[in-house]
Amino acid sequence: MVDKSLELFDCGHRACGGCGPALAAKLILKGAGEDTIIVASTGCMEVFSTPYPETAWKVPWIHSLFENAAAVASGIEASLKHNNRTEKVVCVCGDGATFDIGMLCISGAFERGHDITYICYDNEAYMNTGIQRSGATPYDASTTTTPAGKLSTGNTRPKKDLPQILASHGASYVATASVAYPMDLMKKVEKAVNTPGSCYIQIHAPCSTGWGFEGGKTIEMGKMAIECGLWVNYELENGRLVKAKKVQRVPVEDYLKAQKRFRHLFKPAPLTDEIAKIQAIADANAEKYGIDIKLKE
Amino acid sequence: MLQIMEGSHAIAEAVRLCRPEVVSAYPITPQTHIVERLAEMVADGDLNAEYICVESEFSALSACLGASAAGSRVYSATSSQGLILMAEVVFNVAGMRQPIIMSIANRALGAPLSIWNDQQDSIALRDSGWFQLYGEDVQEMTDQHFIAYKAAERHDILLPGFVCFDGFILSHTYEPVDIPNQEDIDAYLPKYVPYNMLDAKDPISMGMYATPEYYHEFRYEIDQAMMRSAAALSEAGKEFGEIFGRDYSEHVVPYRMDDADVAFVAMGSICGTIKDAIDEMRTDGIKVGLVKIRTYRPFPEKEIAKALGGVSAVAVLEKNVSIGSAMKGAVGPEILHALNGTGIGVYSYVAGLGGRDIRKKDIRAMADLAAQGKGNMFYGLREEVL
Ligand SMILES: Cc1ncc(C[n+]2csc(CCOP(=O)(O)OP(=O)(O)O)c2C)c(N)n1
Ligand code: SF4
Ligand SMILES: [Mg+2]
Repeated sequence: MVDKSLELFDCGHRACGGCGPALAAKLILKGAGEDTIIVASTGCMEVFSTPYPETAWKVPWIHSLFENAAAVASGIEASLKHNNRTEKVVCVCGDGATFDIGMLCISGAFERGHDITYICYDNEAYMNTGIQRSGATPYDASTTTTPAGKLSTGNTRPKKDLPQILASHGASYVATASVAYPMDLMKKVEKAVNTPGSCYIQIHAPCSTGWGFEGGKTIEMGKMAIECGLWVNYELENGRLVKAKKVQRVPVEDYLKAQKRFRHLFKPAPLTDEIAKIQAIADANAEKYGIDIKLKE
Repeated sequence: MLQIMEGSHAIAEAVRLCRPEVVSAYPITPQTHIVERLAEMVADGDLNAEYICVESEFSALSACLGASAAGSRVYSATSSQGLILMAEVVFNVAGMRQPIIMSIANRALGAPLSIWNDQQDSIALRDSGWFQLYGEDVQEMTDQHFIAYKAAERHDILLPGFVCFDGFILSHTYEPVDIPNQEDIDAYLPKYVPYNMLDAKDPISMGMYATPEYYHEFRYEIDQAMMRSAAALSEAGKEFGEIFGRDYSEHVVPYRMDDADVAFVAMGSICGTIKDAIDEMRTDGIKVGLVKIRTYRPFPEKEIAKALGGVSAVAVLEKNVSIGSAMKGAVGPEILHALNGTGIGVYSYVAGLGGRDIRKKDIRAMADLAAQGKGNMFYGLREEVL
């Protein structure tokens, strides 16, 4: 068991107030412990946590490029193995780095089965460069590259199912988590770093600036996503679903209404067809992962 | 003891003797024989290294970067498209001051696709912060690997380096070569001692983000290290000579320059052909010489100026093209700068691109053109296909 009271991600970093990814960093390190080497990708977290000559990281940390963390981690792991070192190698990368530009390196690293844990902090867009869509951006979210407009209702595609893709690579442990459930998140990280082979965790990390909500509502936002079924916390072991957080599901409207990125779905007039499509995504999630709490008849 | 060996295999032997802990590379002609041989060595237990079979050159160098940052001596090799695919990582490695050594079997860049030799690939990355050595024959390119590691890993240098050699012409040619023994190399090149590294006992952050207040100086320091590497490479080359009898302390090597009117400047295997052509021209009373460049980065400007002093014209044989530039070749302008104020004419001849043969008669023709003050051109165009 790691000592979860250790604060290995220091205060004083430059993230926005209520930044979900900053909270994720703190919790990831509590779960992974001090015997950890972090590999970062270019993005918000890298920029807000390491403005030279200051750093928020109290564990060894390396950033090379936007898209190569998994490959850098492969090399670190090989070097550690060669020298019988025991540190855990953990990538902590944005959804753009993970879902989009880094896929080649991730696929290679997972297929080779390096003993690494790859964690994606998923704030559902390229935030560092000004809120552009990624393969993790939800359907109908308005971003600066998928703006809502007269002919557009925002992002035209649903989220890519990356956990499934990596499970199909033979990853021994794949999980999703949310900063809104810190104990669960830390437990999953601890489990992943102690599971041999390549493991993947995708953490829902609400971004106040990019999604458009007040910084004090990060946890609330994370909870609402889970309660409506648009985000599901689950675990896959050797590709099989072993656990999913069950909820008493509520309609998606309240979650959507709470964020500026979905405002166009309600104003000037509600786009009921679009909202219904998003509801269908939540319903499909519920079905797929079996998360609905069924009350006894 | 001399052995007859394929160039690629001689390099693999050199790499084995350097004891890298991690090797990561991706197959590409004409580099492939090196990594295949290294894989065999690992499979047979002759090389105790982690061999990472990556999915791309981009990951190959990224993995090397990670392993180097974790404190290991590492090795990679590539060519052409592979090197250019790596380009983003190439710059990054230099910025992070990791002393990675990479063999470059020089090959042309597409389009159109060509697997044949020229030096466009490594020259395109001349500004990346890696030192660049060019070998003329199998022995030289093999030895340059030892020297490269020795200089790169010095704590006052900490720069990565390319060891470049002409694809096929050297990589696939069998030549007699002396491979040092392990004991002597262990004494010459002891275990790598990192300046700093990723280590949970002493955590540091590497590859941070720099504001305009700091970035400029980081780049300056890389350049300063590169300038210092001239002496480091020279010292490593000298020490190598003292132990193994082959001296590499010089960054440029003159051939029959004493009373030369026209001097060639060139890098790599073509120097052999040029020397033969010079011998013939000398027999005909034409006073021609050669200055071979062994170290292209850092650019040995002073040595070049000294070696070329006294000639009336310089013919720079360029196996590259800087498209849209006045001199056409990338090396020419730097020679011109070295000779600034001397009035010596400097002319580039782009030749041998994509594996086109350069024959002795072509060398003679270039010497003629330089003597007439004509150059800065593609040499030997086949007008009928234009
Ligand atoms: C090769 C390359 N392309 C583009 C960029 C510009 N860029 C830097 S960070 C970033 C987006 C990062 O998005 P994500 O991974 O989701 O992290 P976030 O900023 O959202 O935390 C982009 C596009 C880059 N640095 N490198
Ligand atoms: S833009 Fe979002 S992810 Fe980036 S620092 Fe601000 S809150 Fe965090
Ligand atoms: Mg993001």
